[in-house]
Amino acid sequence: MKFTLSWLKQHLDTNASVQEVVDAMTMAGLEVEDVHDPASRLAAFSVARIVEAVQHPNADKLRVCQVDTRDGRLEIVCGAPNARPGLTTIYAPIGAYVPGSGVTLEARPVRGVVSNGMLCSASELETAEESDGILELPELPVGTSAAEALGLEAVIDFEVTPNRPDWLGVRGIARDLAAAGLGTLKPEPDPTVPGNYPCPIQIKVDGDACPVFAGRLVRGVKNGPSPAWLQQRLLAVGLRPINALVDVTNLVSYDRARPLHVYDLAKLSGTVIEARLGRGSAEPSPDTAPSPARHRDEQLIALDGKTYDISHEMCVMADANGERPIGLGGVMGGESTGCSEATTDVFIESAWFDPIRTAQTGRLTGINSDAQYRFARGVDPQSAVPGLELATKLILELCGGEASEVRVAGEAPAAPGPMAFDRGYVKKLSGLEVEPARIDDILTQLGFTVKGEAVTPPSWRRDVEGKADLVEEVARIVGYDALPADPLPPMAVPPGGVLTVRQRRMRDARRTLAARGYSEAATWSFMRRAWAELFGGGAPALVLANPIASELDCMRPTALANLIEAAARNARKGFPDAALFEVGPNFRGDQPQDQWSAVTALLAAHPSRRWDKVEADPLFELKADLMALLDEMGAPPLQVVQGQSSPWWHPGRSARLQLGPKTVVAEFGELHPRVLKALDAEGPMLAFEIDLDALPEPKRKGVKTKAALALSALMPLRRDFAFVVDAATPAGDLVRPILGADKALIESARVFDVYQGPGVAEGMKSVAVEVLIQPREKTLNDAEIEALSARIVGAVEKATGAKLRG
Amino acid sequence: MTDLSQLQSELAARIAAAGDMTALEQVRVEALGKSGSISALLGGLGKMSPEERREQGPKINGLRDAVATAIAQKKAALEASELDARLASERVDLSLPARPERKGRVHPTLQTLDEMIAIFAEMGFSLAEGPDIEDDFHNFTALNFPPKHPAREMHDTFWLAPDEAGERKVLRTHTSPVQIRVMQGSNEKLPGWIANGQAPPIRVIVPGRVYRSDSDATHTPMFHQLEGLVIDRAIHMGHLKWTLDTFTRRFFETDSVVTRFRPHHFPFTEPSAEMDVQCDRSGGSVKIGQGSDWLEILGGGMVHPKVLENCGVDPDEWQGFAFGLGVDRLGMLKYGMPDLRDMFAADLRWLEHYGFTAFQAPNPATGLS
Repeated sequence: MKFTLSWLKQHLDTNASVQEVVDAMTMAGLEVEDVHDPASRLAAFSVARIVEAVQHPNADKLRVCQVDTRDGRLEIVCGAPNARPGLTTIYAPIGAYVPGSGVTLEARPVRGVVSNGMLCSASELETAEESDGILELPELPVGTSAAEALGLEAVIDFEVTPNRPDWLGVRGIARDLAAAGLGTLKPEPDPTVPGNYPCPIQIKVDGDACPVFAGRLVRGVKNGPSPAWLQQRLLAVGLRPINALVDVTNLVSYDRARPLHVYDLAKLSGTVIEARLGRGSAEPSPDTAPSPARHRDEQLIALDGKTYDISHEMCVMADANGERPIGLGGVMGGESTGCSEATTDVFIESAWFDPIRTAQTGRLTGINSDAQYRFARGVDPQSAVPGLELATKLILELCGGEASEVRVAGEAPAAPGPMAFDRGYVKKLSGLEVEPARIDDILTQLGFTVKGEAVTPPSWRRDVEGKADLVEEVARIVGYDALPADPLPPMAVPPGGVLTVRQRRMRDARRTLAARGYSEAATWSFMRRAWAELFGGGAPALVLANPIASELDCMRPTALANLIEAAARNARKGFPDAALFEVGPNFRGDQPQDQWSAVTALLAAHPSRRWDKVEADPLFELKADLMALLDEMGAPPLQVVQGQSSPWWHPGRSARLQLGPKTVVAEFGELHPRVLKALDAEGPMLAFEIDLDALPEPKRKGVKTKAALALSALMPLRRDFAFVVDAATPAGDLVRPILGADKALIESARVFDVYQGPGVAEGMKSVAVEVLIQPREKTLNDAEIEALSARIVGAVEKATGAKLRG
Repeated sequence: MTDLSQLQSELAARIAAAGDMTALEQVRVEALGKSGSISALLGGLGKMSPEERREQGPKINGLRDAVATAIAQKKAALEASELDARLASERVDLSLPARPERKGRVHPTLQTLDEMIAIFAEMGFSLAEGPDIEDDFHNFTALNFPPKHPAREMHDTFWLAPDEAGERKVLRTHTSPVQIRVMQGSNEKLPGWIANGQAPPIRVIVPGRVYRSDSDATHTPMFHQLEGLVIDRAIHMGHLKWTLDTFTRRFFETDSVVTRFRPHHFPFTEPSAEMDVQCDRSGGSVKIGQGSDWLEILGGGMVHPKVLENCGVDPDEWQGFAFGLGVDRLGMLKYGMPDLRDMFAADLRWLEHYGFTAFQAPNPATGLS
């Protein structure tokens, strides 16, 4: 909303500058968005008078003028045809920036005559789009500022929080600024206009639709354009003057946050205006052309010329025995009964419409009018009659005529009642020391009624519901800058740190993967439903009713698709070697327990060409990263299970890491080419996903004393074993029985060669394992080593059927 | 006698001429081997008379020692030149590139979040979490947004499809629903990571993803928030001011940052405030700690008595504050990223430039950034 300083001064006796007003508004809780100040923009320009104007010696169309300016009498060259002796106009000195032409004036000769400044047109000052010649002003004193001469003033544009509909009128702002010490709120003269005859129009309300409706007739008005002061005031805040009757309603709306409506009596049908609920049932839409294919129960052609469907939730104003809709209550009037310059008898409506109903009507129709905006936020319910009186007074002043008596139907919602207020609560809640007398003074200035302990909010402050609200009133008027800055009382930091194991693991995962060359992405929690389906998601419960874009319409089952897409996007930009990861939420359903956290990493495997010709299967690089990460997160030993991966993995080049037969901690491998193709990504791509919630947490948090370390002084032995085994047997199956053959002596076992080909039977493979044997108490003799080897061979054979290679 | 000196000079010449170990070994065998020339002379000593032996013995032994020494010296020289030759042949071009390595980075938003957690952890705040998909009660009603209230519309809420009962879940529009989960326990069976009721005093921060249906250079449909909640017997707005002032100075790592508290409105706090920092916006970028413009960075206030009541906390006994801030946005301000949307685009070049290495972990000892 916007207002001007002079408008504010109608209500506030103050000498404050625009900047002081803006600062006071900000500190009172009104967010100033912009100050448009022509005075500062036109500070260099002032009133001047032409004393003499003669033909330029070298140019037909130019005149050389002697001009009285605030800088003395100057010779100025001017090309305007209306430059003549005695003309009062606007002068710009050398050095001034002329906004309309975008130039800074310099003293330079014009066809041989030096011009010591410039005489300006309205378009050069940007006060009009076009202009013909230089400005012609009444005889103002030379040196008067241009802004003052042209009646230009600063416009303050501000945002109002939804709790303060009273700020949608200039008087509401003046009241707060007065309380904040910026001036004195001017008393309001009684606007009551006695009626001379009974109002010929009856009014009826349905309490659900419209709790209270006040109205009266003014007959014999002479409508027409508003006077200049009113037009200027409306134009300054961005409103278009229409005619005096309509302009009065807009003025009261912006001045008192009190929307009104005026009907042309001649266009009304019957003698009753009724506020009732709409008769439509279906979900309406703001179509301009009603579709004959759909049944419309009730419609209105509004003042904007568009046709609106009326639903049963809307408040309709109707005449003709309630049959003809002539307005959407509190939102917009109808075209059929609007006032024009021909109107002679006008019926003024001043009603109160329910905020929620009005907000809904605005949403359903798409209408966001000044009235709708105010009623949706809550107009002062007690303002129906005073608003009507004020409008009547203004109409009589501007258009003449004779007012009827006032009619009122229904009853305004109850004003807020008194509440007990312990003044000590101000200090307790805000920390501010404020004298009780000052507290009462602030509340009184804001319109509250203070009687001992009891404080009653004014009717326009329906947002004030409790003592905390009263503390806010006091605190913001005293000023938040007066709040103390008191240190929080010390609170012991938990000795084990503030992060849970899970939170710590997420943090460790990020830094581990970054250290291993992966970059962290943060991708949307939603994705295209078709993609979610490819990864086992896409349940109807996870589909967004109002996605921001159709490709972001479903909560993700995994971040994999997003990472694949990101890698593909990078590849299309010329950067195909992506290694990305994300630590974030995934969704199995819409319940809290359906959300799980994952560490997901993706490697777009485009091995760079290397001068040293080293080649390695990137899948095992990825596995190394995965294993290092699991180790960092304190995962227990996990079992590699192949052949049961989810369908988005390459069936032969993927596996699960399991804890026991059921708990899948991770899946890793190459992604299925079919999935990559569906996502328009070039393969191969490798990935892993760790389910953080499946990773068991240590039994207790806190310091874990490490077991004593027993370092053997004896040399370890390395022995190699080559086994011939069925080619389908996982090499890992050979390692486990070796480790189990003698847990005390065998430190580790590692596969170092796998061979298939000549010398090994068809369908078999040779697997070579290096076993590290650590003697504990004494060196092993040959016989003991032989015995241990035999146990190893026996264990492997028993577990896998493998034979020692001859 | 001539024989001996002749033999010595002959052997010396052959030793000198030996070009490799094989040739040298050949000389050694022929001179000092079992049937070598010097060995033969030594063998001949036994047949000599004592006088002769007394005269010849030292000479022959002297010859043997001289030849052996010459051979050993030659051997050392040969070995040294062989090593030199081998090392020369092992020369590599060290201007060749090292093993290729990718540059891993931590995302700037999550780095920023780690910094914030480090600051608040020192003030005794613990972390609480809640689900991204919320019900209307936690996201709105319990936080004192009356049903159908226009304040709900300001949140540009994402809704999920309604279930059979017509109830629509929401993507949480802020981290504030976790305030409710922290203060009010639920009988639902919830996973352990979700906050589920805690008796006051309470001091928690809540990081997380939040969602609003909005997209431009400063708005994305998903972003990160950090919520703070302190409930105790005598916590007032001055404590909130100190907490946020302290946070701002620590976060921007400068004492010259000037903050301003001004009134605002949130349904779930009363009184409510927004905090601005002074900054300089001339020159296209925002510089904190200088200039005379103001930039809003966060909102907060005293927890609304109705919110406490909704959670079963007696507002006459307990009170406290809550605040919320945009993690991505503060990260952008601190580190100079111009467009919020880039945060979620996973562009490798952007991540390498604006991201952080693994070991740049915020730490009170080394500073945050």
